[in-house]
Amino acid sequence: MSGPVEVEYTGVRELRGPLVVVEGVSGVGWDEFATIVLDSGERRHGLVLEVDRDLAVVQVLEDTAGMNRTGTRVAFSGSPMRIPVGAGWLGRVGNGRGEPADGGPPVLGGSYEAVGGAPINPVRREPPNDPVLTGVGAVDVLTTLVRGQKLPVFSAAGLPHLELAVQIAAQATCGGEPFAVVFAGMGLTHADTAFVRDGLAARSAARELVLFLNTADDPVIERLLTPRLALTVAEHLAFAQGRHVLVVMTDMTAYSEALREVSAARGEIPARRAYPGYLYSDLASLYERCGRIRGRPGSLTILPVLTMPAGDITHPVPDLTGYITEGQIVLSADVQAAGTYPPVDPLASLSRLMRKGTGAGRTRADHPAVAAQLIAALARSRQVAELADLIGRAALSPTDLRHLELQDAFRDRFLPQGTDEDRSLDDSLDRAWEVLLTLPRSQLGMLPADLLDTHAPPRREERR
Amino acid sequence: MITPGAPGPDRFGAGALAHVAGGAPAADRADRLHILRVAGSLVEIACPPTVAMHDLVLLGSAGLPGEVVAIHGDTASVQAYEYTGGLAPGHPADPQGRPLTVRLGPDLLGGVFDGLLRPLGCAGDLLTTSGPATTEAAAWPFTPRVVRGERVGAGDVLGDVGARVPLRLLVPPDLSGEVTRIASAGAYPSDAPLAVVGGDEVRMAQSWPVRKPRPVARRLPADAPLNTGQRAVDLLFPVARGSTVAVPGGFGTGKTMLLQQIAKWCDADVIVYVGCGERGNEMADVIEELAELTDPRTGGRLAERTVTIANTSNMPMMAREASVHTGATVAEYFRDMGLDVVLIADSTSRWAEALREFASRMGELPAEEGYPASLASQLAAFYERAAAVRTQGGATGSVTVIGAVSPPGGDRTEPVTAHTERFVRCLWSLDRDLAYARHYPAVSWSESFSRDAAALSAAHARAGDPGWAERRGRVARQLAEADRLADLVELVGITALPPRERISVLAGRLLREAAIQQSALSPADAYSAPAKTAALVDAVLTVVDRCLEVVDAGTQAEVVEAVDFSPLLRAREAAGPAETAPVTAARDTVLARLAETA
Repeated sequence: MSGPVEVEYTGVRELRGPLVVVEGVSGVGWDEFATIVLDSGERRHGLVLEVDRDLAVVQVLEDTAGMNRTGTRVAFSGSPMRIPVGAGWLGRVGNGRGEPADGGPPVLGGSYEAVGGAPINPVRREPPNDPVLTGVGAVDVLTTLVRGQKLPVFSAAGLPHLELAVQIAAQATCGGEPFAVVFAGMGLTHADTAFVRDGLAARSAARELVLFLNTADDPVIERLLTPRLALTVAEHLAFAQGRHVLVVMTDMTAYSEALREVSAARGEIPARRAYPGYLYSDLASLYERCGRIRGRPGSLTILPVLTMPAGDITHPVPDLTGYITEGQIVLSADVQAAGTYPPVDPLASLSRLMRKGTGAGRTRADHPAVAAQLIAALARSRQVAELADLIGRAALSPTDLRHLELQDAFRDRFLPQGTDEDRSLDDSLDRAWEVLLTLPRSQLGMLPADLLDTHAPPRREERR
Repeated sequence: MITPGAPGPDRFGAGALAHVAGGAPAADRADRLHILRVAGSLVEIACPPTVAMHDLVLLGSAGLPGEVVAIHGDTASVQAYEYTGGLAPGHPADPQGRPLTVRLGPDLLGGVFDGLLRPLGCAGDLLTTSGPATTEAAAWPFTPRVVRGERVGAGDVLGDVGARVPLRLLVPPDLSGEVTRIASAGAYPSDAPLAVVGGDEVRMAQSWPVRKPRPVARRLPADAPLNTGQRAVDLLFPVARGSTVAVPGGFGTGKTMLLQQIAKWCDADVIVYVGCGERGNEMADVIEELAELTDPRTGGRLAERTVTIANTSNMPMMAREASVHTGATVAEYFRDMGLDVVLIADSTSRWAEALREFASRMGELPAEEGYPASLASQLAAFYERAAAVRTQGGATGSVTVIGAVSPPGGDRTEPVTAHTERFVRCLWSLDRDLAYARHYPAVSWSESFSRDAAALSAAHARAGDPGWAERRGRVARQLAEADRLADLVELVGITALPPRERISVLAGRLLREAAIQQSALSPADAYSAPAKTAALVDAVLTVVDRCLEVVDAGTQAEVVEAVDFSPLLRAREAAGPAETAPVTAARDTVLARLAETA
């Protein structure tokens, strides 16, 4: 990753936490990538946090354990951290420093790119307007993922967000156009890592997958680099090579905790819940790398997954994520308790770009109206269910009772799906119709009459 | 557009020469012009004593712009506006001897710029560190209004510029004297000298320091309504031209959507839209929509009256800090030509975060939640750039500031929200429950306020709508009453209420669904002219009055509740943006149905 090694500095003045202060340097720039060689010959890596006259403060990625003042040599690469990019990554697994973690040879790309990326010019952005189909009915129909969107999964401890993330990563497609998934795992347990690798083995064998894995016992600073490596590789696959790329990043809460840990080690002033004040901008520097660029064929879609500590949606990580992303898919412990997978809460979930990514020519002509009507009907059903809890079912009007039936039908016929079941959009939409038609036609005011005539012939309505 | 190469008053040069003359070796001088320390956006440079606070400094060989924020001894702290990766001690630092300035001109209209007003239209797909600012070569028709030999003062009109919005060529704020040359009518590029006043050349394009408010003759009371076309706002929490508004709302409450609606439809002459630390896709969307939509008043494209400053959340954080001041400067430039300008900043919370970030790097003592103690005064100073004014040239103009606030976790007690609420004249509080129920715009009627309402009711009365204040008062009372009863209904059920109270609950629903809600996506409903807003509200209130009469006459409340009110609910969609007849027709249909129940 580093360029040619030129000058090695041996003047280590101070070692503190993950930081090394090197003295006597010259011409070392801020944010440069450094290589550190220990007494034992072991090589470590670092980033320049600050340069002050002839001092450079270097943050060591792998930690400073075993480093001493006399036997440590530091060389600076003259550029920010870079990673080789290219199709050579497809089918490969990398670690949090961008090195192969699958026992294979180094990935040789045609070019190296800085992992920090560069902001897309807002004027050159193409507004997103085509879907990524995930094969998960609740996502495809109600919170459609749109190419170039950033749509997080908000989950809580104990919910199957990793299963859902892996299922989406395994099944997602873009209507037959070149497609790839880049999966970044931050702070995952070894069991979770194994689950991810198993679940995505087929996609990896098909050379449509790049995995970057940082396990819970890997260095914390590498956790901060993992999503950046993934996004840098993904940007090249998308914008230079014309693929539609889906980047799945899990778990963003572990990432943010790493950021907090590193910030505390640097002695920075803490803001809300001791997270650094720049948490919003830092998260944005990841999430905003999604998008489409005018005149280029590819797209970069981001699906971050985060666990809300104690299920609290006002916690800084989900809160700031929600301010940046374009909607959210919320998993609910209540739905999970009923034994339903995926436990998506349809009313709390929202895809802000859905209006532009669905409909005739994109998904199916009836899709936007069906989704809007289903959400409206489910909202009413929830109110009715709360009312029924208070005053009893017997006191409900016939229309209200129909809404309770609709809620049951939704949980029985629409939502449940196997973790390896790739449901087609047509199947999902037909199920949505089936759920909607538990209501009388008069309650389906958001559906145009011609659509209703096609899907629910008046004859059938009279029978009811 | 900042102009890195432009020579300013050469304060630095003079100082350096004096220093050399004082006997220091020349090598020392070269030695003093470099970077000493780099820590993210904070750069420390060696500087001669002539460098002043807030001076612009170009850093490194790429000339990254930065601003002097502290001077201690012979070093100065510089806040860099761009990514400082690769900057090293020993790299050159070049003080410009002038503060951060932007180039103002007619070519701003319709353009998209970054936080330092550099055009993004001619930048590449990816924004790397700054290239040279380019100026557009368009020519603008100019018609002189003065003749040679006339004496003019600061702010006087020298001629008309036929840009997309009619503009004027003014005598710059600090200039007066005799016109010794004036260009004849014709088309000129924006940087061509068009006049000479008191020995100085006057061009359409001029530079102005972003942090210095442009001078005015005096401030005027803000008492003319700004029609936003959004009923929830115009009806309940109206804003005057030259006033200030804050729009706090958690994520998903429709803040950006409401601000975009106002950018599209409000009846100002020029809109300055500052996307400050917000989403890139959203900026792309607003840029595309403005380019497609037609201005209902001029017939031109809405983009042509808009200046967009796009500093998305992943663009350099410190440029975000400058972007709100840049936006205010652009707004004041157009105001001085006698125009009404609306400055929209989305979101001021991200701007405040940039303040916090830099204060933290400077090692300032943190106050609440890590924000610097100066947060309140900086917020107040920004909102004070709003005003209705008599310009130096005697015209009237205004800058209205509308700032979004993004409270973390929806917590309205956090510092940015809490301070902002104190400084603004109007607050449009967005309510998560309303948004969750898909009630848009989700402006809460219980937690918002408008301190302009009294002045504006007089203005509406003068403009021929004496019932405005009465209508507003009735709607507010009716909504509050319906809210109070809704809490009661949850406890005891609707059937336990007396008939008149049941009609109050119904009235609340009718007001919300028929008048207050507004669909941003519907061509008929996205914009509502004052007459349509008044007609919708009057229709609902008339229907409510009739309902009360009917129940008073003995009809059961449930019979009234079962009446089909849907024509009234659909009236906002059925009537065009400025139509009232379909509203009246819907009202009469419903009144007829009520009559049948009696």
